[in-house]
Amino acid sequence: MPVTDQEIRLLHEKACQLRKDIIDITYWAGGAHIGGALSMVEMLILLYYKYMNIDPKNPTWKDRDRMVLSKGHGGVGYAPLLARKGYFDFQDLKEFNKFKSPFGMHLDSLKVKGVDASTGSLGHGLPMAVGMALGARVQKQSWLTYCILGDGECNEGSIWEAAMAASQFKLTNLITFVDRNKLMIDGPTEEVMGLEPFADKWKAFGFIVKEVDGHSFSELSAAIEYAQSEKKGPVVIIANTVKGKGIDFMENQVKWHYGGLDTELVEKAKASVDRMAEQAMNLKN
Amino acid sequence: MTEGLTWTVYDADTMTQAEIYGEVLCRLGEENPKIVGLSADLANSTKIGKFGKKFPDRFFNVGIAEQNLFGVSAGLAKTGLIPFVSTMAAFTAMRGVEQVRTDICYQNLNCKIIATHAGTSFGSAGTTHHCTEDLAIMRSFANMTVIAPADGIETAKAVKACVDYPGPVYIRIGRGFEPKFYENEDYDFQIGKAIEVNEGTDITLICCGVTVLQAAEAAKFLKENDGLSVRVLNMHTIKPLDEEAVLAAVTDTRRIITFEDHTVLGGLGSAVADVIAASGKGCAFVKVGIPDCYCIVGYPEDLCSHYKLDTDGIIDKVREVMNMDFEEDDDWEDEV
Ligand SMILES: Cc1ncc(C[n+]2csc(CCOP(=O)(O)OP(=O)(O)O)c2C)c(N)n1
Repeated sequence: MPVTDQEIRLLHEKACQLRKDIIDITYWAGGAHIGGALSMVEMLILLYYKYMNIDPKNPTWKDRDRMVLSKGHGGVGYAPLLARKGYFDFQDLKEFNKFKSPFGMHLDSLKVKGVDASTGSLGHGLPMAVGMALGARVQKQSWLTYCILGDGECNEGSIWEAAMAASQFKLTNLITFVDRNKLMIDGPTEEVMGLEPFADKWKAFGFIVKEVDGHSFSELSAAIEYAQSEKKGPVVIIANTVKGKGIDFMENQVKWHYGGLDTELVEKAKASVDRMAEQAMNLKN
Repeated sequence: MTEGLTWTVYDADTMTQAEIYGEVLCRLGEENPKIVGLSADLANSTKIGKFGKKFPDRFFNVGIAEQNLFGVSAGLAKTGLIPFVSTMAAFTAMRGVEQVRTDICYQNLNCKIIATHAGTSFGSAGTTHHCTEDLAIMRSFANMTVIAPADGIETAKAVKACVDYPGPVYIRIGRGFEPKFYENEDYDFQIGKAIEVNEGTDITLICCGVTVLQAAEAAKFLKENDGLSVRVLNMHTIKPLDEEAVLAAVTDTRRIITFEDHTVLGGLGSAVADVIAASGKGCAFVKVGIPDCYCIVGYPEDLCSHYKLDTDGIIDKVREVMNMDFEEDDDWEDEV
């Protein structure tokens, strides 16, 4: 069932909270990959609050849906989501990046509950997700594997090696997202190493492509439901997003790939997130 | 071509190793048109971007694609150019490693790899971004030269020296929080030649990278407080290793400890151990580094003290090894 208006309201509240959590953790940690964490908020919120079959009280439950955050530097966005879902205490994240902390910038699946794969070196997540999807199939289990890629990350050959495998093995139990925020570290993706025609590349590799507004719950929801029911081949959802989304002074700014915040910027950032949430509630999508 | 090139690296107090590298490479680029630069979406972080801005026609950012990065570098080197290639150490020594070994080292190509964020210098990032294996990996490749400069000044020296040094060279540097050790460039740096930064006859500390400063400080402290005469070697070149310096340490001091921001398996300590073992001489020997585990999370200075690579840790280790009375052993035969 696609998201209802009522659900969308709730999801926006969750998204607003997650953005504020990201701001707080970035402040506590002294710096984090904030831009790319903010661009994938709606994808994570929708998956974890509507679609994923999980049990935070039983993080290793064998029938759970799996998530592989292939763009592992998004840990600062993923960790607070897991905390809010109840995998661990949100206050634990005051230790993010600190000495002896279980939370490095890139999350460790052996130390952080709810994390299905240790990622951070780009280009590793999709191959592992393909393996998980194959594992489910071999063992006749019906859970799904979700994977979120960065667009810059799609420069890596291993992503396309995994894409070939996913389509060769007709993995319809794997749902891949690309956070298409069009920026990487050294600049815009099309200037550093062009990806376009991006959708055509995925099609040529045997994927069914859905392109959506990655900040629209209704569009994301329709794409996820399509992907869940599609049985011809693997689906990739290219989510067009804005890096730094929600914080006006960070949006589309290359330099906010990684950064720190002082108390003044924290206030400004949160005010901006509030304004965004208000607008989003009115638009209801 | 670069001989006689003289300049001082100004601002060594405020510049990181990588910034100094970027600056030096620009100067070398002016002198030597054969130098080209490459990175993989880390032009800014590794500071090779400075060279890229100055020589846009001689610089290639291949995107986040490290295997391609080293393959392309090999191709460029085949045409007679001298590629300087920079990304983080983890993505050099691991992601791109078969290209480094088979395309670059096997074909003995003139590629100069300057890898940043090495060891535990990007400690807060977690294991994916730690690189405590690179010395072991790189050292195992035939034709490869492996260097771990003590600080920014020595990075400048190493980068300059590697241009005319034939074949592939791997230079590992930190993330940018490494304190300086050398005051200026006024000392003799030769690839493959250890530098005695402190004279001593009781024990020898063999170090590379960030541990050189810590050991030198420890030596000073131990002289004043324990009356110990501690030799400190800056073994900036891990391969080819200065075997003579190691053998002299065995003969002169009979006690050796190695300190490295790297796993104790296969790096500087192991290289030194090989030489000691082959010498057939008795020597108390301990390797200090990251034990056989994935390093914990934290800032480099905290990790350094956690793994006993800071001055206090080194002092404790020296006292411990000075108390090993191997010569009292009944089975001991002094062959020195
Ligand atoms: C193999 C590898 N190479 C380089 C890096 C360093 N790095 C971290 S994030 C990043 C840019 C990622 O860009 P993108 O995938 O577009 O992510 P986003 O813009 O969504 O943050 C790079 C190059 C890495 N983590 N892994």
